[in-house]
Amino acid sequence: MTVPIVWYLILAAVLFCIGAFGALTRRSGIAIFLSIELMLNAANLTLVAYSRVHGDSAGQMFVFFALAVAAAEAAVGLGLFISIYRLRHTIDINRLNRLRW
Amino acid sequence: MLVAVFATLAVIAIVSAIVVVLHRNPVFSTMSLVVTLVSTAGLFVLLGSPFLAALQILLYTGAILVLFLFVIMLLNVQRERTAVTRASGMVIAAGICAVVLAGAVIRLFWAAYSGATFAPQNPESSSLVTIARELFGAYILPFEMIGLLLLVAVVAASWVAQKGDPAKSDTPEAPDAPAAASSVASGGKS
Repeated sequence: MTVPIVWYLILAAVLFCIGAFGALTRRSGIAIFLSIELMLNAANLTLVAYSRVHGDSAGQMFVFFALAVAAAEAAVGLGLFISIYRLRHTIDINRLNRLRW
Repeated sequence: MLVAVFATLAVIAIVSAIVVVLHRNPVFSTMSLVVTLVSTAGLFVLLGSPFLAALQILLYTGAILVLFLFVIMLLNVQRERTAVTRASGMVIAAGICAVVLAGAVIRLFWAAYSGATFAPQNPESSSLVTIARELFGAYILPFEMIGLLLLVAVVAASWVAQKGDPAKSDTPEAPDAPAAASSVASGGKS
């Protein structure tokens, strides 16, 4: 017997919300970035599940492109972290408030 | 049998996701994100797309998270001695938001897909040949644009992270700005 598709979607929703909680509450920039990767991964899981429900491979293509975009995003984001660390010697986002006010 | 595999992978994914969000040590967070991504790759296999599972393990855990670990080591990010998260009011607010969001999304999924079953699995629909035909046929333009995007990202990342970029030398609040600027200038000339 197979697992109903809705359980995959519920699992993805739970993973997404855990990632959103982390992105909203953590202080370290690296940890926020990891939470964002978690949310991206949950979205990929829903896309694969949709692809399986509808018997269409478009969802798998979207996941392929999302993986490539995640790689680009990680490269640029971590480069920015290195640059910020060189300037301010911290990536604690409570102290990176120059643009906030 | 499949239900047991699904339940195991789901529990592993959720528990390690919680560890990612709550652990103080960034290296531990990254390693448990690896666990989450690998168990998600197992779910991809259950959903009948082993190609994406292999890609997920190769790209995410093989490349992206190694990049994360590299940057964590490079920046010497300490484990956080103070509270992991921000002010407690904000934590409570974010927790309420996350729970409400999860409830709403799960309600929507349940309404739309609770009766949905798997489409009859076409054995060729997830084979490499079919995926390659789609990728280089209908999706050839996005494929080329992804290549361009990756090139731009590599150039941008190496420009942003390089030492002695112009953004640094004219920031007055950097504590060692004159020394760094002079060292950059001398380094640039040599």
